[in-house]
Order: sequence, then structure tokens, then C-alpha cells
Amino acid sequence: MNAELALISALNGASYGLLLFMLSAGLTLIFSMMGVLNFAHASFYMLGAYCGYQISRWLGFWPGLVLAPLAVGACGAAVERYGLRSLHTRGPVAELLFTFGLSYVIVELVQVVWGRPPVPYRLPPELDGSLFSVYTVEFPRARAFVMLVAGLILGALALLLRYSRIGMIIQAALSHARTVETLGHDVPRIHMLVFGGGAALAGLAGAVGGALTVTEPNMGGAIGAILFVVVVVGGMGSLAGAFLASLAIGELDAFAKVIDRSPADLAAALGVPIDPASSLYGLWSLTLSQTAPVLPFLLLVVVLLVRPRGLLGKREDR
Amino acid sequence: MKAAQWTPWLPWLAGALLLVLVPAFFTQGFVRLLFAECAIMIVFTLSYNLLLGASGMLSFGHAVYSGFGAYTTIHALNWIGRTHALVPVTALPLLGGCGGLIAGVVLGFISTRRSGTAFAMITLGLGELVGACWLMFPRFFGGEGGISGNRTVGGPLFGVPGWNLASDLQIDYVVGAWCFASIAAIRGLLGTPLGRIANAVRDNPERAEFVGYSARQVRWLMLIASSFFAGISGSLAALNFEIVSAENVGALRSGEVLLATFIGGIGYFHGPILGAVVFVFFAVALSQWTKAWQLYLGLFFVVLVLRAPGGLAAVIERAVAQVRDGSAWRRSRVLSAMGMAMVVALGGLIVLVEMTYQRTLEVAAGSVVRVFWMDIDTDRATSWALPSLFLVAGALAYDRVRRQDLAVRQPTPSTAAEVAAR
Amino acid sequence: MARNALIGPFVGFLAFCLAAGAVAQTTTVRLAFIDPLSGLMGPVGNNGLHTWQFVADIANRENWTPGVRFEIVPFDNKLSAQESLNDLKAAIDQDIHYVVQGNGTSVARALIGGISKNNERNPGKEIVFLNYAAVDPDLTNGECTFWHFRWDANSDMKMEALTTYLAKQKEVHRVYLINQDYAFGHQVQRAAREDLMRKRPDVEIVGDDLHPLAKVTDFSQYVAKMKAANADTVITGNWGSDLALLIKAARDAGLSANFYTYYAATTPVPTEMGASGAERVRMIYIWQPNIENFSGDVLVKEFKSRYKEDFTVMAIYDALRGLAEAMRTAKSTDPVRVAYALEGLRFHAYNGDVEVRASDHQVQQPLFISSWQKVDGVKVKYDQEDTGYGWRREVTVAPDAAALATSCQMQRPAHPN
Repeated sequence: MNAELALISALNGASYGLLLFMLSAGLTLIFSMMGVLNFAHASFYMLGAYCGYQISRWLGFWPGLVLAPLAVGACGAAVERYGLRSLHTRGPVAELLFTFGLSYVIVELVQVVWGRPPVPYRLPPELDGSLFSVYTVEFPRARAFVMLVAGLILGALALLLRYSRIGMIIQAALSHARTVETLGHDVPRIHMLVFGGGAALAGLAGAVGGALTVTEPNMGGAIGAILFVVVVVGGMGSLAGAFLASLAIGELDAFAKVIDRSPADLAAALGVPIDPASSLYGLWSLTLSQTAPVLPFLLLVVVLLVRPRGLLGKREDR
Repeated sequence: MKAAQWTPWLPWLAGALLLVLVPAFFTQGFVRLLFAECAIMIVFTLSYNLLLGASGMLSFGHAVYSGFGAYTTIHALNWIGRTHALVPVTALPLLGGCGGLIAGVVLGFISTRRSGTAFAMITLGLGELVGACWLMFPRFFGGEGGISGNRTVGGPLFGVPGWNLASDLQIDYVVGAWCFASIAAIRGLLGTPLGRIANAVRDNPERAEFVGYSARQVRWLMLIASSFFAGISGSLAALNFEIVSAENVGALRSGEVLLATFIGGIGYFHGPILGAVVFVFFAVALSQWTKAWQLYLGLFFVVLVLRAPGGLAAVIERAVAQVRDGSAWRRSRVLSAMGMAMVVALGGLIVLVEMTYQRTLEVAAGSVVRVFWMDIDTDRATSWALPSLFLVAGALAYDRVRRQDLAVRQPTPSTAAEVAAR
Repeated sequence: MARNALIGPFVGFLAFCLAAGAVAQTTTVRLAFIDPLSGLMGPVGNNGLHTWQFVADIANRENWTPGVRFEIVPFDNKLSAQESLNDLKAAIDQDIHYVVQGNGTSVARALIGGISKNNERNPGKEIVFLNYAAVDPDLTNGECTFWHFRWDANSDMKMEALTTYLAKQKEVHRVYLINQDYAFGHQVQRAAREDLMRKRPDVEIVGDDLHPLAKVTDFSQYVAKMKAANADTVITGNWGSDLALLIKAARDAGLSANFYTYYAATTPVPTEMGASGAERVRMIYIWQPNIENFSGDVLVKEFKSRYKEDFTVMAIYDALRGLAEAMRTAKSTDPVRVAYALEGLRFHAYNGDVEVRASDHQVQQPLFISSWQKVDGVKVKYDQEDTGYGWRREVTVAPDAAALATSCQMQRPAHPN
């Protein structure tokens, strides 16, 4: 691990972490507001990528980047208005089951319309090439762009929530919905707005993420699981927690992939080598890079046991 | 014996008869496969309902236990093949159940510390954890190819030559027997004090604690029982398919059992049985006729969550009750109108979905798709207009009839003054 | 007199019956195609399916086996071994006796297991397996079976030829290995290490990675490791999306290493390579359209115009040619007879002389090592995926030179005659 590798890993991890944050910010908002964990959030991510692809075929990438989140946000608002609202009285399990079924349906609908193989959704040629070089490794413009979009949107979100009128109403409705209602605000409409906004964030993440990697029907499944880890580890209901957790998981993923050392190596370095013939050697010789896919879920289980609130969580659930 | 004494045994008798006659009567490999899959899924959903219906625990990682049962069994099968040990292959599901049980004890210790949504999240995390481990432990999980086995290694059953589980008839009977035994065992469990207390913990955990039971321990015990039966189910799958791979522990399978159990109805004992059969029908039979079966299944599930959370069992019970007390006859006009509207709308939807699939997925095969009895050319605009019309018209008609019916059955409440004036 | 008058119509009637009988003799031989048609490897699987359908059309048109029509029945196995076994069961139910597959050794292995069990438990309903691309050497060595025929050169054969060529390149000093984490990837890893140790012990292997099959969408960290290790050469058995995304990440990060691959001709890799891959990517396969004396222009052009994809998998053409030949020689479509007829079969195909070696059912044929170059109309006539770049033949390895010994001890069923 030299300085060059460390720096590029940090950058790659940060870009992945910021993409995760774009996704988890929406989910956190929805959960804080309505207490429902939106299983279909990763499907909105996928929907955003496909909408971005389709619109980019008609109008170009940049209009797609603007219109796709709006389209997905509209879908999200419709889902809330016509689906979730009627389930609110039936409790969190019913809402969870609904969003679970919805995620299934959205994936299938996407396959009906766009087919099963991946679609060729790419970033435009302006974003090809490198932005700068770290020693000899080039940092692609595409990744820097993703980081820029994520940073801008989230800055805007923070400002909106903190300093705008609608933001203050939303913040108030987060903890005291009834009071806000008695003050004359249409809280169900605010719920619809927040759900739609969260979905739009997911759609934006999809529109950039799908172009950066691969746009195919299973893309939501892979990132969806990590998404829940982020939300739970950061603390259900805390945006700052989600930010920290996303970055942590992004960096963990990036660094773990490049460390080819195992506990057996560590033991050997400490002077207590493990016998290769022993039965548990297979376990001890697992390198960190081999265990990289497992680490986020390990973290999830540990956090849920040790600190169920998460890093910065506020909403405790019994 | 009076009728009241043997009526409860009727469903058991009928079930046993079905399990014996169906594999014997139908000789096509396809139907026998359907039978085995149904039986396996029934045990799986019943085990899941021990968690969801009986104890109120929503789990997103249930396939882990059935997967461990499957892996234990396939390794045992290969061990029998290598060492020619005198272990009957037909008894392996018991071993698989124990495999699932051990997983339940260990993982359940972690997950049952919390309840509600947090429990659901932990099970999701644990399920993903186990799923992500499969490439790390290739000797147990088999990597990409999974682990294959041969169920004929055990030598003839009871010494009868030819009874070596090679034919699908024999494996159907073994699977059917274990299915019946599991159903009986689960039914028995639900009647024990543990089963009753689990219901209590589901309904009001605080009250149960006040009465002196530790909600956490009850949940853990129920999870252990549930994982035992899930292990049996996984074991039967291993014997039937002779291969176990990452899918057996994956999130997809966990989602499938949730879907199937909920579709059947979590509030009834026979709900999961019904749900399992319906699910296998969708997955195995319907998938032969249309590629869009997963879409139909998902939509069906969402509609059930929205409109009929009691599942199919509740719908059937309500329908039977309405027929019995005659209200179905009284409302027969309305019901048939709603039924027809629904059929029209559904027909339109199915045709539209199949046509869209033909255009996206079967592009090279041409533009004509076969739906029900018709050959439809997707290139013509009229082919699209008609089903869309059916869908919209049917949906609107259904909505209107339903609204009218509701207005008639529950007139809008009048103001207090009007009520006082009557 | 009246009796003689009947002879004419009688003979005519007889002739008509015979003619009708001859026409009715056309049997349809269905081949079950079990490969991924969805997911990240969907494009590769679909390309394979189109190739099979295309070649079957040619076989029917040119009547390769008189009285036999070929039909392809596709199954989407989603790259899963378990799903493949379900598809196999469905194929058995539909009375299909020939299975073709290529993408993924794990699937091939599972299918071989399922087919062996079926053939053992249901005599008279045997199935023959034509493997067109799964190249784990074990399938024709320690795990060989009578029912399996492999039409592509196996991984050890390819690595042997590739490393012989690589050993002659002076600029190779630091080699990085990256492969998919399953049986095939492990074989490539092992063979590369062994062969390099033998032929160029001075070469240092500076990295050796295994990543999950068809799951990774972002190879940037792997490429970062390659850069940090100062690798000048990358040897990989990756195929489909795994190779395409690896090359995309390498391009984005400005990696200057040369790539030695098996499958750089599979979709969607050529699009990712484009101009930036020129001079830097080599691949080894049993054919490519720019080899000398290639006379199948029609194949390449007609396929492209019908499916808008490149014809790349020549092993499929050879497989169906071989099957048709075997059916013609055996005068039967019964799987056992056809399998016996396939053993030792030789014919001349578009890629050279092809022989089905009887000892292990591994087809022996030439291998070609090619490099990615700009189309110049002389050495590089055909491009791939409309990039303006194609393959230039560097080395031809004759079948004798490419052949490797086998450890197969094949068990054969009784000959039906």
C-alpha cells in the first residue's frame, strides 16, 4: 500500500460513498417522516437509470439528468398518494410489505419495457478522460462529476431543510405531525412531497450511477442491501449519520479490496505462524480483499447488536 | 361415530389421500415435479408462518435456515456415497432439520434480541451476510457451481431392489410423507403452550411479560422451531434436485417464501398451504405459458396487501360465509357485474403485457404473440387499442359498481341531528 | 383385361405412398440451448443463441443431414447451475435429446451431472451434451464422460499456446493475473502460473486477483492495484461484462499494460476497447474473421445484417456441422449411435481441420493468437461492433502443436448394434 494507491482508493471510496449517500438521504428522509422503510427505494434508483437512458436517447444526457429524477419523483408521489396512504392506519408491517411487493413489480415492469439484458446507457463524451492525475493514476472526470452532483444536491437539500419555509415545516412535521396539522398545514401533502422528493433523489442517483456503471434490471438488488446497511448504521432518521455511514462504507469497500493480507499473515508477522495443514487455516488465510463483500453486513449486525440506534440515530424502534 | 367427531379429521384424510394418489395417477415428469415442489414449499411456508403468523416476527432472511438444511443434507449424501455408511437417505431430512435448527439457535440468538422492524432489518442483514459468505467458503457452499449429490447412493430402501429413489415417483412419495409429517408436527406445536404463548407475545408482548413470560425467549424458541422445519424443507429440496447452491440461502428465496405465505393468508393454519400451492403454480406452471409470470405474481401480491391483507384464505372464507348465509345470492347481480368487469380489465391487462413482452424480449422471433387462444400482431396499432380499451373500461366499470354497492350497503352517515330526528 | 387395367393406378398409388412416406421421414431434431439470456451476461448468451439459430437455418437450407431439420429451443438459465438443472428437466419432458451450452463451466458441470444421472436412470432416453464454450480442462480429463463433447479448445491448451507466444515478447516483465472466482478462473490462474514458471521464470507475477463472476460493476480498485504494482502485462480469462468493465476501468485510469485474454472478441468487449485498445490487447481463439483463406464471408456478412451483431463463436458452427455429419454417417438421430459416430469424426471447417478426439471428446483444431488493430483492408478486413478496429492474426498454432495429452479414462455404454 503506497501513497498513490491510498490516495486513489480514498477518492474511489469517496465517489462510491457519495453515490450511496444520495440514495440513502432519500431513504432516511422518508423513514424519519413516515416511519416506513421504503423497500422500493433501490427500485426507484433503477427506474431513474432507465428513465435517464430513455430520455437521453430522445433529448440527450443533460436533459435526461434533469427530467429523469422528476419523472421518478412523480412516480414516488403517486405511490404514496394511492398506495401507502391507505396503509398508514394498518401499521408498519403492512407498509413494509407493500413497498416490498412494489419493488418486485417495478423490476418486472422495467423488464417488460426495456428487456432483460443491460441497456447501453453511457455518460456523454464530455465526461470521458481524466480530470487530474494522482502520481500516475488518472482520476476519471466521470467520477469527479458524480461526486460534484452528489455534493451539490446534498448541499441544496441541507440548505432547503434548514433555511426555507417548506424545510422548516418538514422538520417540524418530522417530530410533531399532529401539531403541524392543527396549525393548518396539509401534512398528508407534505408526506407525499417528502416521499416524492426521496424518490427523486434516488432517481438522480440512478441517472448518474447507471451511466457510470451498468444499467440492468438487477442493479437495484445489489445496491439495495448496502443501502439498508447505511441507513441502519448511520442511524435511522439522521441525515448526518447517513452521510458518515455512506462514506465509511464506501471507503471500507475501496480499501478492503486492495488489502491482500489475511489474519494468517498478521499472525506470521507477529511471530505466531498458523500451520497450513490445520483445519481452520482456510478461515485464517482469508484475505481482506476476499472478505470485502461481507464487511458491510458484518458491520450491520454488529451495530444492531451493540448500538441499535446507529451512529447518530434519533428514532428508536422497539 | 357422530359427524362432529370425525369432521376435523376429514381434511387430514383428504390430504393424505391426495399425497398418495396424485403421484401415482399423473405420470408426466412435469406434474410430478410440480407435486414435489408444492410439498417442499408447503413445509417452507408453514415454517415461515410459525414466525410471521404465530409470533408476529417478519423475517427477510428465512431462506438461510432452509439453505443450511439443504447444505447439511447434500454433504451427508456425498459422505454416504463415499463411505457407504448405513444411513438411510430417506431419514436425511431429519439431519437437515437439525442443520437448520443449529443455524436457528446461533443466528436466532442474535436476531431475536430485537423485535418489529429492527428484527426484520437484522434478518435481512444476516441473510445477506450468509449469502455474501458463499464464495469465501467454497468447501461448504461449493462456489458458483454449488454442491451436487446423488440420492441413489443409499442402497435400496428396506432391501427392496429398485427402491433407490432414482425415479421421480419414489422421491415424490418420500417428499410427500415428510410433508405430511411436518404439517402434523407444526399443527401440534401450535396447540402446545409454547404456541399459545407465542400468539400472546405477538398480540401484546408487554402483557405477556407481565404475566411472567420472557418475550425474547419465546421468540427465540419459536425461531428455533421454525428453523427446524425450514431445514427439513431445504433438505427435501436437496434430495429432489440433487444440487444445492447459493440460491438456497439467497435473498430471492427469502422473498419468495414471504410472498407465498402472505398470499395464502397468515392468520390461518391452512393459509400458508394454500399460498404455497398458488405460488408454485405461478412459478412452475405459469412460467411455461408466459414470461411475465413474475409481474403477475408481484401485482397479485400488491393487490392483496392493499385490498385483502388476510390473504386468499380470508377471501375464500368470506366468500364461503356469504354463500352460506345467502348474502351472495342477494348480491349476485352486483357480484357478477364486478366479476365480469374484473375479467374484462384483467384480460386487457394480460394481452397488453404479453404484447409488450413480445416486442422487447422476442424481437427476433417476430411480431406475433399468442395470448390465450388468439394470435395477435403487435405491429398493428389496433391490436394495442382494443386491449387498452378493455383495461380502462373494465377498471372504470368495476370501480363504479363497487362504489354503488358500497353506497347501498353503507349509506353515508347522517348528521347527529338527522339521526336524532328519526 | 380389366385386371391389367388396374396395374397402372396400382403402381401409381404405390409410388405415391412411397413418395409420401419419404416426405414424412423428415425428423426434427431439437437442441435445447441452456445459457443466460438475461442479467450481465445476457448479451453474450443472446449472441450464442442467435449464432445457433443462424447455423441451424443454414443446416436446414443446405440439407446437411438429409431428412433432418434442426430446431433450437432456448432456455434462460440466468447463469445459475440450479436453474440449468430445472431447464434440463423441462427439456427432458419435452423429449429433447441434445443439449448445447457454453457460458460458464459451473453450469456445464451441473448439466453433465444431471445428464449422466438421466442417462443412467432412463436408458432409451439418453441425452448428448454439446459444449461450445465451457473450457475447464477437467471436463475432458478427470471428469470426462461419453455424453459430453467439447468443441472449443480447453483452457490449458489456450494458456499453453498463449504463454509460448508471450514468452517471446521481450517487454514482458511484471505480470498481473485477474480472473473470475469460479472453477474456470481458478484453472486459468493455475495454468498461467505453471506455464510462466516453465517458460519465463524471470517474469514476476506481481498480482493475482479473483473476483465474483458477473457481479462486479466497478473494476477501478483492481486497476488501481495493477498500477500500484507497476504491471506491464495483464493475463485474464474474464469474459463478457467482466472483461468489458475491466477494460473500461483500465481505460479510464490510464493503465498502459498489455492485455492477454481469451475472450476479448465476446460482446461487449470490442466496444469498450475501441481505439484505446489498439496494439494493446491480444486474444486467443479457434478462429477470427481475418485469418488467411477464410472463405465464409457470407457467414459474417449475413449474420451481421440479420442480427446486428458480430459472428464470433465459430465453435457453434463446427458443433452443428459435426453433429449433422455424425447423424449422416450413423443414419440415425438416436443419441447413442450419434455419439459413437462423433468419436473420431474429422472434417474440414472454416477454421481449418477439425477432429473429435475419441479418447476424451476434446475437439482438436487450430488456435489463432490475434491482436487488436485498426482495419487496413489487407491483414484486417473485418472490424468488430462497428468500431473500425478488428483482429490481426499474429500466430497460427496447428492442431498437433495445440494438442495436449489427456488423463481421461472414458466409460462407454454398450454399442447399440
